[in-house]
Amino acid sequence: MNKKQKKWLKRILIALAIFFAVMALDELGVLASIFGEPGALYASFVLYLVPYLIAGHDVLAKAWRNIRRGEAFDESFLMAVATIGAFAMVLFPEAEPHMAEGAAVMLFYQVGELFQSYAVGKSRKSIAAMMDIAPDYANIERDGKLVQVDPDEIQIGDVIVVKPGERVPIDGIVIDGSSQLDTAALTGESIPRHVEAGGEVISGCINMTGVLRVRTIKLFGASTVSRILELVENASEKKARTENFITRFARVYTPIVTFAAIAIAIVPPLMGMGAWADWILRGLTFLVVSCPCALVISVPLSFFGGIGGASRLGILVKGSNYLEALSQVDTVVFDKTGTLTSGTFGVVGVHPHETMNAGQLLALAAHAEAFSDHPIAASVKKAYLDGQGDSPSPAIDQALIKDAAEESGHGVSATVDGHSVLVGNGKLMAAHGIAYPDCELTGTILHVACDGVYVGHVVIADAIKDDAAQAIADLHAAGVERCIMLTGDREEVARSVATELGLDEYHAQLLPGDKVEQLERILDTARGNLAFVGDGINDAPVLTRADVGIAMGAMGSDAAIEAADVVLMDDRPSNIARAIRVARKTMRIVNQNIVFAIGVKLLILALAAVGIANMWLAVFGDVGVAVIAILNAMRAMGDA
Amino acid sequence: MRKVFKLDEIDCAVCAGKLEEAIKKLDGVQDAKINFLTQKLTLEAADEEFDAVLDAVVKLTADVEPDCEILR
Repeated sequence: MNKKQKKWLKRILIALAIFFAVMALDELGVLASIFGEPGALYASFVLYLVPYLIAGHDVLAKAWRNIRRGEAFDESFLMAVATIGAFAMVLFPEAEPHMAEGAAVMLFYQVGELFQSYAVGKSRKSIAAMMDIAPDYANIERDGKLVQVDPDEIQIGDVIVVKPGERVPIDGIVIDGSSQLDTAALTGESIPRHVEAGGEVISGCINMTGVLRVRTIKLFGASTVSRILELVENASEKKARTENFITRFARVYTPIVTFAAIAIAIVPPLMGMGAWADWILRGLTFLVVSCPCALVISVPLSFFGGIGGASRLGILVKGSNYLEALSQVDTVVFDKTGTLTSGTFGVVGVHPHETMNAGQLLALAAHAEAFSDHPIAASVKKAYLDGQGDSPSPAIDQALIKDAAEESGHGVSATVDGHSVLVGNGKLMAAHGIAYPDCELTGTILHVACDGVYVGHVVIADAIKDDAAQAIADLHAAGVERCIMLTGDREEVARSVATELGLDEYHAQLLPGDKVEQLERILDTARGNLAFVGDGINDAPVLTRADVGIAMGAMGSDAAIEAADVVLMDDRPSNIARAIRVARKTMRIVNQNIVFAIGVKLLILALAAVGIANMWLAVFGDVGVAVIAILNAMRAMGDA
Repeated sequence: MRKVFKLDEIDCAVCAGKLEEAIKKLDGVQDAKINFLTQKLTLEAADEEFDAVLDAVVKLTADVEPDCEILR
């Protein structure tokens, strides 16, 4: 609680104490025995005014100011009219006095307002904590000493020092040192990332183990962390349809209820349908319940909480409208390369033929390719050195290799440890009269022959991401009806990826321009919203055309952040289903609040009109509902 | 020039909306935005009269929402 709220609480407590004291005196008949009838009535009128004014003087002042400015229909006005009206009932001598209710309504209104202010403050604070990823200083070396400076002062190309436990303030390249980086605040990924000299570091990550010297490549304001914060903060300005609906609703609702209240207070008694006092009281009850604050605060709060909660998972949503659109997605279209596959070539299969095991085959191929700098040779060597194929202690011993030569367009030949080795495509094998089998895997097949005998093949392809199949399964489980892949790649490659991942449809051999056309055809047949997932490179037009454009692997990629509506910070496709779940949860909370708040209010209005609801219930309908809705909205921040 | 200010004690979303509308209507204000949740006011006005406009905005705020304070 802040200072203002503490003072507020004190005031309410004092007013409450006085209120109950007066109530006790009144009920126990003490007032009646001192002042007699009807003096006791006037005495209690004056006594009830004391807690009323202590608790509500600011509300009355605000109402008065608004009336003078010609802005009548706000909460303080409604409360002032309702409570003053309750006190004024004393003018109807035949009716029960309602001073206690007038004072109590003001008191509980203030209790609710205080609670509301506290809840809003608390959710603001947890959102702020969630987004507390911006470092407030950078270390820079001056005259041999480390000094802390404002990160805004750092120029591009300056060298900053990041100590263990500190956040990287500005994007840059490591020039000295190595460490583990905790990227959880940006990507939601809990496994630390290793960096060393030459590697890029992204601002917002926490340096965990070693001291890093980093040459900055961006200004603080343009660094990843600043851009993310700006994006999330501004996201609440792009309003969802639901939010706009609530704003419009509030605009017509309050005047309508106010006039209805006046009508209820005046019309029936004029027509002789009952006592004035009775109907005026019903009209006042109407007024109390009429404030739309529960909706006006809780709906944007839910969206903001959802956007904040998503950003903690490494999912940046650029506006409430996109969160809303995401919740209605039933078709997800993927670009293949960089999205479902890693976009870099790697060994996806090592198939030895009879005489060798996988490790021996890969070792032989890697040695034969040792002097080639072809990308395919590079991926074979990398796979071998990374321990694929389970060779014990992989290392390329260049002394074993003789007579290495490129067979242009076909492969390589070399003498490895005294054996003559051929590594290359089918044409190379055919040229040497060696029979070779076909492989069931799709990709580039690298056949290997040793001393003129076929020994097996290595398959190189754009590797499918580890969690791609899981991502598709999750999407189907989340109720997405169609997962479709678009690719410029060959039919066979597309078919094999689509089958392996369980995609519902694929469209292969598309030129970049064809992708937009194909997407439009799919858009025509989609019932719900369509999301397109790409890596932000070359697919900006498609990202824009889809209902929701999702860009993946945005750590540092400006193009992706610009073009997309939703940005996944890391490159795991399984985050798409999580994003949809967060969106659906947020929309569920928003809808619950709308139905609950409007429902309760309409119910109390109806009860008030027929005279069943009293003012106590009406106060609950106003502030009670608002507080419950706010508490519900805060759930949107949690994990989906 | 566009500048962002922190708003203190803005407790009600409706009030924030009203204050935003009122600020927009002031002379010299090119654009104004109040973000209720982050408690930030973004004010856009011509460079040469920015300080004068800001004074007017502070005065208006004190009138419309006396609880709310613009921290500058």
